[in-house]
Amino acid sequence: MSAISLPAPLAADHHHAEMDVGTFIRTYVFSLDHKIIGLQFLFSTLLWFLVGGLLALGIRWQLAWPWQDMPVIGRMLFSAEGGQISPEFYTTLFTMHATVMIFFVIIPILAGAFGNYLIPLMIGADDMAFPTLNMLSYWFMWPAFILIGLSFLWPPYGAGGGWTSYPPLSAVKEAAPGSAFAQTMWLLGITCVGISSMLGSVNYMTTIIQMRAPGMTMFRLPLTIWGMFITAILQAFALPVLTAAGFMQLMDREFATGFFLPEGLQVNNNAMASGGGHPILWQHLFWFYSHPAVYIMILPAMGMVSDIIACFARKPIFGYKPMVYSISGIAGLGFIVWGHHMFVSGMNPMLGMTFMVSTMMIALPSAVKTFNWLGTVWGGKIQFTTPMLFALSFVSMFIIGGLSGIFMAATPVDIFIHDTYFIVAHFHYVLFAGTAMAVFGAIYFWFPKMFGRMMNDDLGKVHFFLTFIFLNGTFFTMHILGAVGFPRRLADPYDYETFRHLQPMNQFMTICAIGMVASQVLFAYNFFHSMFFGTPCGRNPWGANSLEWFAPSPPGHGNFDQQPIVYRGPYEYGSPEVDTDNYPQWQPPPSDPSRIHKPDHH
Amino acid sequence: MGRFWSLLFLLVPILGVGCFVWAMAGLWPMRGHWLPEDVSSHGHVIDGLFMFILYLTGIIFVATGLVFFWFLWKYDAAQNAEPVRFMHGSHTLEVVWSIIPAGTLVFIAIYQMDAWADAKLRRPMLPGPDGKLNTADDIPKPPIAEITGRQFEWRIRYAGEDGIVGTRDDVQLVNDLRLPINEEVVLSIKSQDVLHSFFLPNLRVKQDVVPGMKQFVWFKAQKTGVYDIVCAELCGWGHYKMRGRLTLQNRSDFDRWLGQAHAAQNQAEFTPASGEAE
Repeated sequence: MSAISLPAPLAADHHHAEMDVGTFIRTYVFSLDHKIIGLQFLFSTLLWFLVGGLLALGIRWQLAWPWQDMPVIGRMLFSAEGGQISPEFYTTLFTMHATVMIFFVIIPILAGAFGNYLIPLMIGADDMAFPTLNMLSYWFMWPAFILIGLSFLWPPYGAGGGWTSYPPLSAVKEAAPGSAFAQTMWLLGITCVGISSMLGSVNYMTTIIQMRAPGMTMFRLPLTIWGMFITAILQAFALPVLTAAGFMQLMDREFATGFFLPEGLQVNNNAMASGGGHPILWQHLFWFYSHPAVYIMILPAMGMVSDIIACFARKPIFGYKPMVYSISGIAGLGFIVWGHHMFVSGMNPMLGMTFMVSTMMIALPSAVKTFNWLGTVWGGKIQFTTPMLFALSFVSMFIIGGLSGIFMAATPVDIFIHDTYFIVAHFHYVLFAGTAMAVFGAIYFWFPKMFGRMMNDDLGKVHFFLTFIFLNGTFFTMHILGAVGFPRRLADPYDYETFRHLQPMNQFMTICAIGMVASQVLFAYNFFHSMFFGTPCGRNPWGANSLEWFAPSPPGHGNFDQQPIVYRGPYEYGSPEVDTDNYPQWQPPPSDPSRIHKPDHH
Repeated sequence: MGRFWSLLFLLVPILGVGCFVWAMAGLWPMRGHWLPEDVSSHGHVIDGLFMFILYLTGIIFVATGLVFFWFLWKYDAAQNAEPVRFMHGSHTLEVVWSIIPAGTLVFIAIYQMDAWADAKLRRPMLPGPDGKLNTADDIPKPPIAEITGRQFEWRIRYAGEDGIVGTRDDVQLVNDLRLPINEEVVLSIKSQDVLHSFFLPNLRVKQDVVPGMKQFVWFKAQKTGVYDIVCAELCGWGHYKMRGRLTLQNRSDFDRWLGQAHAAQNQAEFTPASGEAE
């Protein structure tokens, strides 16, 4: 990028009257600009977030009041069953809830929306390395949206083999109503999501390695970028395995290859023609991707939370390098722990012991990160803004989600709590109370940069308060259910005497879940209202340090109106070298040498 | 408002611990909301490990929660007049808070291996030809019954008079498993169609049932009664109703029942003559 003045930013141009259709499509539809692509990802994923949330309410309804009419909407949705959720539709509900939330919300909102929007801005680049690949990474989501959307249209209204799609249930078309057409759509859809992620991942790695602004060394990158970088590496190495496994399952289904089907299978009174494979092979291949995917779903969130906490504690992040090493450690260990999903699967129990040790070890970098966040707020000057509250709640909730993981990692304990609500509590603490809360915080934090206007802080705090209370009401109680051994994925668990008395607690959780989803109306209102009527803000409304705040809000095409030059790391808050409490990365050092701070060595 | 938010975060450890204590005490409205009754000989090891991890993580949960609250309370910008501590971390602290958790985690990992081996690796043995246990010629204890998972029921076969499962004189039952107490019981489990999971909550036993694999589970029950057999792995639309019943009996009651079941089954066997007579 040269220092000459750039054309007037397109996004800041509010006079679209003269824009012809072709320009409009190039600018806002098939855009090559990383910011527009990021926003496209953001809007699409938020819409799917709503779909996933409503699917979750369907699950919760059935668990609280099994086989009862849903008030008002039950008759419209399930007229054939007289307003009830049928058992096969219940399997669809939890399968599609997980599929939508993981593949259409969390992964694309972190990597697609925030990765796209923030990477070039935070490293001081004018765009991604490969803008066309970037555009394709968004548009490959659409075949996935359409394919999986199509499976909702005909009975049984979606795949029902669980988001893990374990064969033979998923691979044999006769095994379940959802295993026929809908499962084919599911496999093809997931493949498209994989292509999208792979295109994004190649682009992120190249951009971060090649396109950093002058002075932006790797150890001056904000932790958000470190999170995105390591995530991109995880995706690049893990995804091919899922894609291959998906195609193997498609082959099993369409051409009877029998990769995952053993000899002598008799499903639904049909003797299978194929055989010679093994169902556990799928589990190994699936989790070889999907366990690293768990970290794909949290590392960028950890990075964003670190940036938000340092900014509003007005203090440097505690232990920057240990944070980077922890992210890398989590990613490295993340490749050798997949077997902990399979302790009771029939996998060799000796192998289970090995996976147990590596799984225990992965708790270590997570602990180090938590202690560093605590160290960051210690001695700061904390501003309780909405993004800060969400980021703090990430830390508080991640402690719960991290600690509850140790129970499952302990193989003998896992014998009892495997596939119970204990694990459901664990991953909702990590993925909803952790990642989704971090995403809310990130939206409140970077919204001013995206749209040039602030979101309403008071409304944001009410949104935070209600979400925080209701999420704990919904998910904390799941630990208790898990301790009783309450299994997941049962349409009517109260058929079992062991679990019959747990229905009142499930009703309480459902009420909290309804409250939680309803609270998001506040967020939706705040988001769309602030887009048009929020208080306009300057370039750096939070007094932050990283490079995106150097660009105009919203940044125009090409991002920066001046070439940013980086002088220091992104967390120099409260530095004695300057009189302000922030010390942006692009600000030259003081000319008076006596003011230059000498760090003590200890 | 910083005070209010700090207190909200203080509620996390308070209510979190409260919720667990309430459930463990079994007070209204959480009566029976804790580990279900354990009737096995090995279950107390698993429960003990669960409680050990619960106490350990509980201490960390409370400690970090309180520290977190205290930092938020004390360093609230609206209340705190001190300047920001301009520091980038502490090498010593990083080393300390890496080594202590690492040591603890390695300890937990090693500490539990024996329980895992007992549950999944060390199948009960019978004395071999030399008549002594724990010698090289021990033979694995044969299964007392074979359980086959099938959408959506558990098919159970006991060996008939020939003592071999899989022959014509087997006693065949559906969803009704009866076992003797106070002795090591070995069951062979397999699946005919899709994955299932053989879960006995009251015996702390769970093993996925995989088509194409023949697996064994073993345990020693200590109390008579009727308990649930739960399918814990998604097996299709009827997964929720794949419920079996486990009846634990004294050995003498069990033998009497098995004899009767065998006799009843043989008498009730369909023959063309008896079919025509009806």
